[in-house]
Amino acid sequence: MVSVIPMKDKKLLEVKLGELPSWILMWDFSPSGITRTFQRGYYQYCNKYINMRKGSISRITMVLGCYMLFSYCLSYKELKHEWLHKYH
Amino acid sequence: MNQNLFTSFNVPVILGIPLVVLIILFPITLIMPSNKLINNRLSSLQQWLVQLTLKQMMMVHTNKGRTWSLMLLALISFIALNNLLGLTPYAFTPTTQLSMNLGMAIPLWAATVFMGLRFKTKASLAHFLPQGTPVPLIPMLIIIETISLFIQPMALAVRLTANITAGHLLMHLLGDTALTLMSIYMSSSTITIIIIILLITLELGVALIQAYVFTLLVSLYLHDNS
Repeated sequence: MVSVIPMKDKKLLEVKLGELPSWILMWDFSPSGITRTFQRGYYQYCNKYINMRKGSISRITMVLGCYMLFSYCLSYKELKHEWLHKYH
Repeated sequence: MNQNLFTSFNVPVILGIPLVVLIILFPITLIMPSNKLINNRLSSLQQWLVQLTLKQMMMVHTNKGRTWSLMLLALISFIALNNLLGLTPYAFTPTTQLSMNLGMAIPLWAATVFMGLRFKTKASLAHFLPQGTPVPLIPMLIIIETISLFIQPMALAVRLTANITAGHLLMHLLGDTALTLMSIYMSSSTITIIIIILLITLELGVALIQAYVFTLLVSLYLHDNS
């Protein structure tokens, strides 16, 4: 593996496919590291979509759509029985 | 049919990890306090709503009661946001669980009672006897007032639970009806769908109103005892 830039600073699109496992293992898995990642992600979303002077309603409905998807995945087990099949 | 109706009220658990904590904390991500004077649209809207509700709620209280404003404001926004988020499809509403509502109602009610008993003992005990009662009725009335005092937290919690649960259940039932009727009689299915649309608007109202009522009653108990 020949890399000129140290691997930790690379973004996902710049990592070569063979280097992917070692790139993932380089993440910070401690509790403070994980909280920092979530905080960064939250503020990135906020700054990109919500901190505009004229933000629109689609910014919030994106969040609600993701929440709906998440709840669907959670209750998939019970919803399996409610599909319109001829034989259950 | 029995199992299908109530499974949406199951507490979501994955591999033993209660995800319900995440779902209860989710409304926090929708409220974004910022330190600028002129904010983005969403923050300005939230700020305006907060000022409106705060003024309405805290106007009647004395200075001592107004120390509770943060608590009551947090309460009303928490309940309102949770109820409204529960109206999205497939979502789990934490306010349908009696445990959570009891956990909100009992400490707040107890706090108002103890505050009243500690700072204004005579006045808060005097609430047990309404003015102008005939003398022979006094013992019975005191018993009745004590019972009504102790029922207050139960009534607060059960009112919220029952209202939200009943609304959700009704929507599930009507939705099932509309779906089955669609293959039999198209016209009654359209009528049911119209009823469901009306019910959804009602639910939106109920979600907000329940939050309001809860907070209003807590503030009433506070007013009596501060």
